[in-house]
Amino acid sequence: MGNALVVPAIVAVTLVTVAIGFYGLRLARTTSDFLVASRVISPTWNAAAIGGEYLSAASFLGVAGLILKYGVDVLWYPVGFAAGYLALLLFVAAPLRRSGAFTLPDFCEVRLGSRRLRILATAFVIFIGWLYLVPQLQGAGLTLSTVTGSAYPVGAVLVAVVVTTNVALGGMRAVTFVQAFQYWLKLTALAVPAIFLALQWQADARPAVTPPDGPTFRTATTVVVEHPATLTLPDGEIRKVRPGEELSFAAGEPVPEVSGVAIRASDWLLPSTAGNDDRGLFATYSLILATFLGTMGLPHVLVRFYTNPDGAAARRTTLVVLALVGAFYLLPTLYGVLGRIYTPQLLVTGQTDAVVVLLPGAALGHSTTARLLAALVAAGAFAAFLSTSSGLLTSVAGVISTDVLGRGSVRGFRLAAVIAGAVPLVLALNVSGLDVSQVVGLAFAVAASSFCPLLVLGIWWRGLTDLGAAAGVLVGGGAAIAAVLVTVIGPPLSGWPATLVAQPAAWTVPLAFTVTVAVSMATRRRVPADIGATMLRLHAPDALRL
Amino acid sequence: MAAAEDPIPVPPAGDPPGAVDRVRPGGPTRVGVPQPRARVVLAEVSGREDRAARTRTELAQQTRVGEALVKGLVRAQLALALRLSLVVMIGLGGLPWLFAIAPAVGRVTVLGVKLPWLLLGVASFPFLIAVGWAYVRLAERNEQDFTDLVQRPER
Repeated sequence: MGNALVVPAIVAVTLVTVAIGFYGLRLARTTSDFLVASRVISPTWNAAAIGGEYLSAASFLGVAGLILKYGVDVLWYPVGFAAGYLALLLFVAAPLRRSGAFTLPDFCEVRLGSRRLRILATAFVIFIGWLYLVPQLQGAGLTLSTVTGSAYPVGAVLVAVVVTTNVALGGMRAVTFVQAFQYWLKLTALAVPAIFLALQWQADARPAVTPPDGPTFRTATTVVVEHPATLTLPDGEIRKVRPGEELSFAAGEPVPEVSGVAIRASDWLLPSTAGNDDRGLFATYSLILATFLGTMGLPHVLVRFYTNPDGAAARRTTLVVLALVGAFYLLPTLYGVLGRIYTPQLLVTGQTDAVVVLLPGAALGHSTTARLLAALVAAGAFAAFLSTSSGLLTSVAGVISTDVLGRGSVRGFRLAAVIAGAVPLVLALNVSGLDVSQVVGLAFAVAASSFCPLLVLGIWWRGLTDLGAAAGVLVGGGAAIAAVLVTVIGPPLSGWPATLVAQPAAWTVPLAFTVTVAVSMATRRRVPADIGATMLRLHAPDALRL
Repeated sequence: MAAAEDPIPVPPAGDPPGAVDRVRPGGPTRVGVPQPRARVVLAEVSGREDRAARTRTELAQQTRVGEALVKGLVRAQLALALRLSLVVMIGLGGLPWLFAIAPAVGRVTVLGVKLPWLLLGVASFPFLIAVGWAYVRLAERNEQDFTDLVQRPER
């Protein structure tokens, strides 16, 4: 707070985004330009654009916040987010590109020739897209209120309006340039401050990340609680705190134990072990399954593959994306770890998502360098909201314009973009209690339980039928959506039911695969007659020109 | 909707390697003069093209030979993808289980950092990239084998 450079940095990122959008508008002339950038984007640009689009608020802010709060067990989030691209590369990238389909509903029609399945897939694309858009807008609202003290809706409305305008006017060609630029901005915005933070840690005589007595406040700190919690103070007193309550701590005082947060060094530093924590192990594997298999089902990820010229290029692009995304994910861990030393108050306030934004100021003081770095991080965070929202909005708008409005015109696409942007904005303004990383994790679980079986079996198994695919999407995806709804609006649960609902992928993904295969085998006569030609089209090398 | 019916864009390549070089006139002074040697080579190339085209037709018309060829390719690519997923499943997916049954492994300190942090926070990303790189190479080799099989002069 009180950093005069933050607002100009955010304004600059927004203006550059809009400017590149308008530059793209001058190039985009036909509907094809709008939807798939006429399929002439080079692999390097495309890979940077995919990376830029993929690294969302959850990656830029959420991962570091989770690590600050929970420690080693949540390192599976960044690993899974990156590994999702490997699964995409191994099972989907090249055949999907060769299918010639533009969206997931298109793929359903190309592969299974069913209009009803297409409608079902459309509904899921829109649901996942909106589920993923809401936390982006919320993240924008929270970040802007953290760094500038503005009201929560300002950031959400700002991002929603900029992105909707940009997508409606420039379409995907513009978005590709914007996304590629934003990948490099996000990497720089985390990497440069990380160097300064590491140097500062050296200069401070390398304070221990996990001191034997638990984390302590380095300076006198007044904490304003943001989320209700139960604190265990050092003298053993147990105290319930409510949002808005102020607590003062002297320099050197230990951080109180907070309910639901890994304060003790052993909880934070070491992985969960068998026997006493079977639910922790189940949750870990569920998370791995959701992130590894969910990436391929995210609508804004898939839509990018149609901008590759052919299947081999799609494969190479995916490999470059994997490298770019992997390089990025080395950084949030560092922020989460240093946050234990420099911003322990976030453990008490519950606003751990703010660690990336607040750490430069907390560690480096009020020098001009520190303020510049803080502004850079805030700009990177905004790039994250803008780029992921743009990608999601483009794909949701594309599906709405072709499948719901039923016209492929540029005007139809613009109208669809406005609809696709307005709905999540209204939701984000009304549901502020959701946790950014948790909702993103649920979106992955829904994608992994609905589109992953459809894509993988559709590409590799001749026996898939339209009824089998529909049953799998309805049962698996439906179960995952039910888990999302219970988590968001249902009663608080405890024990195994809570784990099964909070991390549903470990049971919904196998369920979806089983149902898809079983129903397909029961309806074997519905296998499309042209299955041989379709398989040839999906798998034959590009050079054969078949 | 419209995009689904689009023809698949393909690169302009497709000539057998070396064909272009061999039909090129021998020296700068003979530009524009038809060369007998070049004509012979062209005839040979076009003959090979015919055979390749026939195989393609067989593939496209779903004859039993074509169908078997495609099934073989799909099976090879799927086996490759499954083998590499198994590598990841053991290499990464085994870690939570390993840490759970052998907590001592999780307490090992390397370079002042606990082993799980190094494995997950740093080593996992180069590992994933290496597996991806191996896949791209091997999948392209499978496709090259298939292309060679289809375009082989004598079958």
